[in-house]
Amino acid sequence: MRAIISDETKVRLRYPARAVGILGAVLMIASIMMPWAYGHEALDDMGFYGAPSPLQVFFVILPVIVLLLLAAPLVGKPRLGKFARALAWNTSAKTASIAATATVAVALIDIAIELEGLVNVEVGGWLALVGGIVAIAATLFLPDSPEPTLDRMKSPNWLQILAIVVLMGMLLFTAAFALSLDKAGQFLMFAAFLVGVVLVLRQVGVFAWLGLAAANNNRVLVLSAFIVAFAFPFTQNGSDANMSIASQVLIFAAAALGLNIVVGLVGLLDLGYIAFLGAGAFTAAVLSDSAFATVNFKPPFIITVLIAGVVSSLLGLLIGAPTLRVSGDYLAIVTLAFGEIFRITMNNLDGTDGPNLTNGPNGIPGIPDLNIFGYDLGAVHDILGIEIGRFANYYWLMLIVIAVIIVVFMNLNYSRIGRGWVAIREDELAAEAMGVNAFALKLLAFAGGAFLAGVAGSVKAHMDTSVTPDQYVFLESAFLLAAVVLGGMGTVMGVLIGATILKLLPEKLRFFSDYRLLVFGLLMVFMMRFRPEGIIADERRQLEFHAEDEELAEELEEELITHHGHLNPERKGFDL
Amino acid sequence: MLEVKDLVVAYGRVNAVKGITFEVGKGQVVTLLGTNGAGKSTTLRSISGLLKPVSGEIWFEGERLDGLPAHKIVERGIAQSPEGRRLFRQMSVEDNLKLGAFSRKDTSGVKADMDRVYDLFPVLGERRTEAAGLFSGGEQQMLAIGRAMMCRPKLLMLDEPSMGLSPIMTQTIMRTIKELQADGVTILLVEQNAQAALSLADKGYVLEVGHIVFSDSGRNLLGDDRVRRTYLGAD
Repeated sequence: MRAIISDETKVRLRYPARAVGILGAVLMIASIMMPWAYGHEALDDMGFYGAPSPLQVFFVILPVIVLLLLAAPLVGKPRLGKFARALAWNTSAKTASIAATATVAVALIDIAIELEGLVNVEVGGWLALVGGIVAIAATLFLPDSPEPTLDRMKSPNWLQILAIVVLMGMLLFTAAFALSLDKAGQFLMFAAFLVGVVLVLRQVGVFAWLGLAAANNNRVLVLSAFIVAFAFPFTQNGSDANMSIASQVLIFAAAALGLNIVVGLVGLLDLGYIAFLGAGAFTAAVLSDSAFATVNFKPPFIITVLIAGVVSSLLGLLIGAPTLRVSGDYLAIVTLAFGEIFRITMNNLDGTDGPNLTNGPNGIPGIPDLNIFGYDLGAVHDILGIEIGRFANYYWLMLIVIAVIIVVFMNLNYSRIGRGWVAIREDELAAEAMGVNAFALKLLAFAGGAFLAGVAGSVKAHMDTSVTPDQYVFLESAFLLAAVVLGGMGTVMGVLIGATILKLLPEKLRFFSDYRLLVFGLLMVFMMRFRPEGIIADERRQLEFHAEDEELAEELEEELITHHGHLNPERKGFDL
Repeated sequence: MLEVKDLVVAYGRVNAVKGITFEVGKGQVVTLLGTNGAGKSTTLRSISGLLKPVSGEIWFEGERLDGLPAHKIVERGIAQSPEGRRLFRQMSVEDNLKLGAFSRKDTSGVKADMDRVYDLFPVLGERRTEAAGLFSGGEQQMLAIGRAMMCRPKLLMLDEPSMGLSPIMTQTIMRTIKELQADGVTILLVEQNAQAALSLADKGYVLEVGHIVFSDSGRNLLGDDRVRRTYLGAD
């Protein structure tokens, strides 16, 4: 790309290019005052002059960002002060134009599909697209910005805390809004918009700065994140549809966090992890008050949770003890087989051969709702005048479970045991030479991860009201693994994001459920190619994936020194 | 202090060490010499428990070691700086050192020993939060030695500490070994750089394809014709 337009041309054309880019952005902004579609069914009725629909308003945001990024430098370097160099103005403008255009493209494609034909796209839509393309073309002629240095600027602590709180508030609003979009087209468009905003903010350098702010105010971050998560049901006003999805996401996330210990910290590939979730669910089911429960022992749920966790971790020990001495591919194969053996066993424990534990393929239906300390999770509660439905109750319960898991995970990660785990992942032989009892630590990780899945499974049994073997197929294990890898192995935040994406997208985009595997497969391939460390990178892992880049940079540097006699310490790129 | 008797170690059906006997006295620097494939590293690995010997005995301070798992042997006070350094490249210097002290429970002692390593190798102290993989070869070797020292070993086994290092860096490492000996650490050194190793060794053993062919004091071996011809490149 860089070679197509030479740097000299870029510097020469920077003012005309900026002007044309601004024109493109203005066109895009103006377009929302015009109708985008001839029909009224596509997206949310974008058929009027002078009256933008709620969704149309979103199309203003990215072009306005483009406009600001392009126009602000015109006031001159001195007035921008320290921000002149801290933000990657030009490169960000390019990213923002591409994102804005992509969002428009998604909208137009959706209009074309829903109304059957591109002919139904009206003048506003075309204008937005043209404006976007003009903006992209113009920004291509702008000189590249240096890397943003926003994170190196000093900022007062109150500003950092405010930023975190505002971010969390926006997260709540975004989540509530995204879930309220029922049509696949609307959701896709909003998702494209979100991805665009995230990419632009990253390019500007806001994320690096936020990361620093978050690191400085870790407690504020964690606390506000939990308040936001806790407040989420209040935005749903008794509607169960979205809360059902949200609580499923949390169960999936809890299991993924357990798997994250095994895969992310210790580096053991477990392809049958769903069996531990299943073991917890079946344990809770047979110990429940269901009429179909096969064990005549009905402890309170607090005890059941522990029993479910223990049963799962015993299974973990059972499968781990003989196999954890082998490593890598062998372990993957053994765990894969174990997952299948679990499902088939549950299918066959129906009393024809051996004991009747699971009623075979029928499973155990009619599991009653939980009642914890007098709080009936099955009932609708009225809190602060807002109805809190059944799934919202389970959502809160899972939130508590996840909070506990995160606390355990964080403490383990930075403890002696966590250090031993990471050492095993990096170099098992060297770890053993240091006195790390690798086998015992691996077994501990395996059993611990299984325990967490068992706990999540026991809540799942009550939430779903029935447990059947066919819920625990290999595909689910694969999805859990995908959530961990996509989000970022070894991180909490990454795995939560990964789990949310993998569980939410299929729910919201029903039309592509047939192609779910294809899409996720492609997604994984692209992630492995362009960002193998996952959405959120574990600080310890960054080097692992980009070690070659580092070496390459060193080589280049040496070459520069030898060929030019000196190394130019100035940063590359042209500012403003 | 360390006694190895008739040690036989095999990879699959191939014997790499074919019955060797040697000992390391308390406070000594003892070196194992030999070409590639002579069985030096294999010997160290079986002492540290990473390999199980086929037969023979390993005794350390009156206790039999062979058959014990590696982490038990570290607890007994034997540390190994493995061949090729094998640092945890993505971990910081500090985490690498903490891992070296994995078997210890006394936090304050660990802290003190960490400061000692930083005193010995100031460059590590200056860059303690950086990932080990970003350091140069010599600095990595310092870290590998520092890491092995962190378990406060009675016996420190160094496998080719000068491999891939410049002559100046090799000298620094050899000087460090002398300092460690002065501190009372017993050292078992495997080296290809026979000149450097023999000039500071109290005793040397020469290995050839799994056998000890002869042994003597470091000074005598330096003057020995056979050693000079094979390992010192003199004719």
